[in-house]
Amino acid sequence: MSDYSEFNKSRNSVGIVKKEYVIFSDKIMLESRMLFGPITIAYETYGTLNSDKSNAILILHALTGDSHVAGYYGEKDIKPGWWEFMVGPRKGIDTDKYFVICSNIISGCMGSTGPGSINPETSCPYATHFPLVTLGDMVTAQKKLIDHLGIEKLLAVIGGSIGGMQALAWSVKYPKTVISAILLATTARHSALAIAFNEVARQAIMADLNWNNGHYYDKKKPNAGLAVARMIGHITYLSDKSMRKKFGRRLQDKNNFSFNFSTDFQVENYLHYQGKKFVERFDANSFLYITKATDYFDFAREYGNDSLVMAFSKADAKFLVISFTSDWLYPTYQSKLMVKAMKKSGLDVSFCEIKADWGHDAFLLPSERFIEMIKNFLKNTYKEIFINSIRHKNPPVSSL
Amino acid sequence: MRYDLEIIASWIEENSKVLGLGCGEGDLLYFLKNKKNAAITGIEIDESKVAVCIEKGLSILQGDINEEVLDYPPNSFDYVILSQTLQQIYNPLKLINSILNIGKKVIVSFPNFSHWTIRMQLMFLGWAPISNQLPYEWYNTPNIRVITIKDFRKFARKLNLHILKETAINTQNDDKTGEIVKLFDNIRASYGIFLIERKT
Repeated sequence: MSDYSEFNKSRNSVGIVKKEYVIFSDKIMLESRMLFGPITIAYETYGTLNSDKSNAILILHALTGDSHVAGYYGEKDIKPGWWEFMVGPRKGIDTDKYFVICSNIISGCMGSTGPGSINPETSCPYATHFPLVTLGDMVTAQKKLIDHLGIEKLLAVIGGSIGGMQALAWSVKYPKTVISAILLATTARHSALAIAFNEVARQAIMADLNWNNGHYYDKKKPNAGLAVARMIGHITYLSDKSMRKKFGRRLQDKNNFSFNFSTDFQVENYLHYQGKKFVERFDANSFLYITKATDYFDFAREYGNDSLVMAFSKADAKFLVISFTSDWLYPTYQSKLMVKAMKKSGLDVSFCEIKADWGHDAFLLPSERFIEMIKNFLKNTYKEIFINSIRHKNPPVSSL
Repeated sequence: MRYDLEIIASWIEENSKVLGLGCGEGDLLYFLKNKKNAAITGIEIDESKVAVCIEKGLSILQGDINEEVLDYPPNSFDYVILSQTLQQIYNPLKLINSILNIGKKVIVSFPNFSHWTIRMQLMFLGWAPISNQLPYEWYNTPNIRVITIKDFRKFARKLNLHILKETAINTQNDDKTGEIVKLFDNIRASYGIFLIERKT
């Protein structure tokens, strides 16, 4: 995912927010059958949990996101969270109505335990001694956070891209917890194309001599490699059309080619800028671990014995699946495959392919249709559970 | 709600499972969900209409009805509704057979091509008929099939189907009001609505 939030400042915001931390000292069992702990989880919450705890929504961030979905860290902070247009008072995910939670995934580098964290046994960063944490493991850790917050039911789990894959895992690992799941620009598993781009990005990092097999925390960091990895990723998040519109073949601060290897085109300058900005905030090892975990993710294999239908038959949630026309990283056909399997397993599912030129990143860009769809889906789901709870408490006289 | 949809709604029993094909903005499904406590699913190809349905709280899938109906196990629904869409289907026989597989009962409605105004146009003016129900020219019409009430009865016989109910109606210009046509329906009615099922 890219950074867009600075481009859409809004007066209507959750305001000043604070990153919280919780430490789970007992170990968790990873899918690789390894016990791992202790685990720190960084998270943020917005809005208020209601008295019957029925208004909690969990947002799951994508590859390079973090727990900072919305709001600002202080008065002077100019950059809001990554989904500021969607989350806030009276917005798509209305913090006046719902209690919104988002945590940094484990393996990440934005506060939760990851390869850059200190291993308590050695007092050094884990680096590549960090275990390979799967997306399912990330969800296991998120469930611990939800339990810690005393929440039994999630009105919705919502995620785009890798966040969508976590939402899928949530729906089958904890079917009793998840009332609805919103899957945005996501897939049940990576195509060869997606794995290929990830591998090129990883190779760029590992080819950087500073990477040093992952042990660089007290030395020079593999910034050149990580920047290239980011540039590759960034291309896959855009589309031919969006790049044509945004850059075309325009030159950067010049009228003629330089006839050397300095920056000529605007698109080059943009990618360099994105790469440079990224290395300031992201850890190269986290990038390796998360992309690998994402390539490994195979919803059907992990939860349905290679059958998508079997995997979905474990879920009980109501689904909303949204794809975007110009997303070539996780194209619409991949969403439709999931929808097909949900239909076969009798799940309540809605699907829409939204017309958007912005490629995979479209879920990070405001569009009225997109916002309204999420807002109303949540509103109706919330209404339905309310009606059901009343029916449950006061069964109709005829059935007594 | 449109008059023809009101009639269809009146045929559907409470607490049913209903699939609406080409459901548009979901007026009928919304009614069935809220007034008849039906578990509804809609299929619609147009993104903006799908968006409206989601906003109404309906479960809806964006897609081509000819393909989408193939994914459901047999007898998944109590009713499958194909309202005013049959005339736009490239392969009606295949679609009707598919929906008879996934629905215990099927409701089909279509504009009646043997209405007297249509006959008159062809007979006296000699051009491809244009009516309120079929308002397009031959070169821009999405309606590629011409169906009459008699034709549909013949079709049902050929497929060995039970016609459980049939109603012929005439609607006013706004389509909100109308009347049931009992006499000479194949000539006087603008729409035919059929409730069919397979003979067991």
